[in-house]
Amino acid sequence: MSQDTHDAHHDPAAAKAANVVKLGHMASQIADFFKSYPEEQAVPAIADHINQFWNRRMREDFLATYNSEHPDLPLLVRKAIAQIKPASPSI
Amino acid sequence: MSLIKELDFGTPIRVSDKMVTLTIDGERVTVPEGTSVMAAAMQMGTKIPKLCATDSLEPFGSCRLCLVEIEGRRGTPASCTTPAEEGMVVRTQTEQLATLRKGVMELYISDHPLDCLTCSANGNCELQDAAGAVGLREVRYGYEGENHVFAKSKDGTDNVLYLGKDTSNPYFTYDPTKCIVCNRCVRACEEVQGTFALTISGRGFDSRVAAGPTDFLGSECVSCGACVQACPTATLMENLVIEHGQPEHSKVTTCAYCGVGCSFKAEMQGDKVVRMVPYKDGKANEGHSCVKGRFAWGYATHKDRITKPMIREKITDPWREVSWDEAISHAASEFKRIQSKYGRESLGAITSSRCTNEEVYLVQKLVRAGFRNNNVDTCARVCHSPTGYGLKTTLGTSAGTQDFKSVEKSDVIFVIGANPTDGHPVFASRMKKRIRKGARVIVADPRRIDMVKSPHVKADYHLQLKPGTNVALINAIAHVIVTEGLIDEDYVRERCDLADFELWARFVAEERNSPEASEQYTGVPAADVRGAARLYATGGNGAIFYGLGVTEHSQGSTTVMGMANIAMATGNIGREGVGVNPLRGQNNVQGSCDMGSFPHEFTGYRHVSDDATRDIFEKLWGVTLDAEQGLRIPNMLDEAVGGSFKGLYVQGEDIAQSDPNTQHVTAGLAAMECVVIQDLFLNETAKYAHVFLPGSSFLEKDGTFTNAERRINRVRQVMAPMSGKAEFQVTIDLARALGLEMNYGHPSEIMDEIALVTPTFAGVSYAKLEELGSVQWPCNEKAPLGTPLMHVDRFVRGKGKFMITEFVATEERTGPRFPLILTTGRILSQYNVGAQTRRTENSRWHEEDVLEIHPFDAESRGIKDGDLVALASRSGDISLRAEVSERMQPGVVYTTFHHASTGANVITTDFSDWATNCPEYKVTAVEVRRTNYYSQWQEKNREEDFSLRRIAGRLQDAAE
Repeated sequence: MSQDTHDAHHDPAAAKAANVVKLGHMASQIADFFKSYPEEQAVPAIADHINQFWNRRMREDFLATYNSEHPDLPLLVRKAIAQIKPASPSI
Repeated sequence: MSLIKELDFGTPIRVSDKMVTLTIDGERVTVPEGTSVMAAAMQMGTKIPKLCATDSLEPFGSCRLCLVEIEGRRGTPASCTTPAEEGMVVRTQTEQLATLRKGVMELYISDHPLDCLTCSANGNCELQDAAGAVGLREVRYGYEGENHVFAKSKDGTDNVLYLGKDTSNPYFTYDPTKCIVCNRCVRACEEVQGTFALTISGRGFDSRVAAGPTDFLGSECVSCGACVQACPTATLMENLVIEHGQPEHSKVTTCAYCGVGCSFKAEMQGDKVVRMVPYKDGKANEGHSCVKGRFAWGYATHKDRITKPMIREKITDPWREVSWDEAISHAASEFKRIQSKYGRESLGAITSSRCTNEEVYLVQKLVRAGFRNNNVDTCARVCHSPTGYGLKTTLGTSAGTQDFKSVEKSDVIFVIGANPTDGHPVFASRMKKRIRKGARVIVADPRRIDMVKSPHVKADYHLQLKPGTNVALINAIAHVIVTEGLIDEDYVRERCDLADFELWARFVAEERNSPEASEQYTGVPAADVRGAARLYATGGNGAIFYGLGVTEHSQGSTTVMGMANIAMATGNIGREGVGVNPLRGQNNVQGSCDMGSFPHEFTGYRHVSDDATRDIFEKLWGVTLDAEQGLRIPNMLDEAVGGSFKGLYVQGEDIAQSDPNTQHVTAGLAAMECVVIQDLFLNETAKYAHVFLPGSSFLEKDGTFTNAERRINRVRQVMAPMSGKAEFQVTIDLARALGLEMNYGHPSEIMDEIALVTPTFAGVSYAKLEELGSVQWPCNEKAPLGTPLMHVDRFVRGKGKFMITEFVATEERTGPRFPLILTTGRILSQYNVGAQTRRTENSRWHEEDVLEIHPFDAESRGIKDGDLVALASRSGDISLRAEVSERMQPGVVYTTFHHASTGANVITTDFSDWATNCPEYKVTAVEVRRTNYYSQWQEKNREEDFSLRRIAGRLQDAAE
């Protein structure tokens, strides 16, 4: 991680790309926790966790990059994507 | 205002259902069975003369001053060691007793200096009081004989019995000439503190108090101050009392160090603190203290305090001291500019776990109603956020289940990933007291901490696991509980969700979760795991106490849930002596979470997307609130580096030192256009700041802190704010400058609002705190006096929820380049980033961060004790001194993060807890080698200590 993050510290575009990779990683970690549950419980639980804790922009960035076909994501995350709330309108 | 003095009953007040009535000096008095005659007399206001007795200690019966006459008994028994009995008739004053007491006093005084007028105990000396009480008028023996008082005999030869003062401890002095060998100090060290550092050396007339064969500083003494407090004379005395004299008034307040939340009397002369003395009626500490709270408060008036507001355009400019108005309006106009340029969500704030509930509440209100977003987080993010998530999911509430006193009823104490003797010393003393009475101990920790083995403490099991394998260990324990039939079936059936239970039970019963299978990950012998699981499940009341060794992992939340699982499975939640108890790091980390500091939650842990909750706040504050959760600290920094997060208000926190992967943190800070710091000192984060707003120490404010047992304690102002402005007023001024009206004249009015909007705080008010001393939330109509124990008849969430806790190894892996695991923590004398303790004499015990390394690992690298070594991870590298130590296991090294110049967090990584993003401080793959140089980061940091901290018109000295 060191070299990537060092570059990212100086270049916002590289940082943005690194952030999106990090979001994918965070989603996979969440899936790792719920993977022991039956799929019909795990998929909504993963989406619910993201809906409760990720802010608008994190979800937007995530959905803009990843879809249910994305090979970097575990299957459970891919299945959960449809249930991730798009950002609600700003107040 | 006067000096608060608690009554001293002489011996402990016993708890008993049976009462006995006796007659003392013709008056009838009723006391619990087991109470001493001395304490019974004191209960009716009769003070029997005494020297060796005090009610924090068991009776000793050595001074022979408290003698009484009891009808039908021969002789004159000591009232401290004689239990009151039904129908007993006692006389405390007779001619015979007077003669005896006078004789005893005469002997004491014949070997005691008569320099009362110039003695530091003058005005507060129990020996002098006792001499007065017995009417001592002459000492017939003279002072010429053998004595401990004079350095020289009359003939000019050296007095071999004379011992000079021991001034080695920076906070107190031991003067042997004043000692009456009452043993109170020795007993306090044993009974109250549990360290056993003091002893009486010699016998008879040679008897001396001694800190082992060395001086106090070099001894096992942990400088808790219990001996000084117990001493009835000037033998052990605070140096500040020696210097300034006795205090004249005092106020009760709450310590601003760890999450134990000890109550102290701030004893004052005018507006100067002379000493802090633990308050006997404080429920968290019951009269005990540690070296930090008792002695290390001098930072509050340290010369490094910044007391004038300052601003600068660029971080490389020198700071410019300005008026409060200019600083506030500059901050507000920058924040407005940033929001209009980059959007409403480009701003955020971090609340402080060291500030009061009231101050924290205002900052989150400023963010939600003033910034109009939910980008507020708190340093609990990096310590106990998994506790909140894990306990809320399983039990229904984001806090520990017990009060501290509950440990007195524990039969098995299970310490996981916590080092109480260093991190929470006053609670550790309570634990040790219980252990000395027979409670069994299980410790799960990679290091051999003092709870594993120290005087009169020996753990039955030390599960010395590899860092990062907590979940595998807990699952293995659960496996034993389930497969060996140790489940409390009635409890589970009555109180827990059975479908979840069955799912969980099937999961943990799988062979891959057995102790034998998980040994490959944890390194803990399966037999030990089985033994520990059986002990926890069947040994009576089992209580789990845990710390950051549980939470600061990529599976931190999973471990918290795993612990709740085994506690529910064995019926160990919902009564005294049991529970799942986080030992909270900072004084108000519980409170800052309660106060709505998390980006997804209002006060009382209610999600921002909940319409009904938002409605309450919208009506009260008169603004529409965002239904979307905001950014957490790591997310803020990521977005800052990514260019979309531009402004931050930091209330009393030092993320540039405390948060992981320092270079990522400082890159985020450097990318922001306006960083506002409210703090006591120009800390590491302030190097990247544009506005500095001087904060106030806990001595300068009114408010409340909430400790690890959910106890809301009062903080009372004893001196005026050095900056001229109360800290809560600064937030109000900033809010007003941003167009958000806030009207509070006193912190009590803020608490009234908190009570109004938070169901669990509905019954809390300053009036109630005044009346009860403290109260544990929930405090409302259902529980007007607060709630010491949670989940008593049912879980807060309804049915207890078992969660499946799959072990997932961290992605931070060792390999050929980084073969060792670094784990971090803290030590007794220093606190967190050290901003406070490094500015006290506590540094005498710990002047620098060192790297603890096992002899095997040291030898294979040619490292000797004291060598400078380079410590490198995938994130960065630093140099520090090595300490070869068998407390470590091979393959694991350890350091603290108390010193900014070391930069331990340059090493730690971005990995974090899956649920809360709490950083994985406890597992970093590293390599260690000998070196002659400090690292590039350290050299640059040293240079920036000057270049980024200049103040225009002031001579530079190292601020940090």
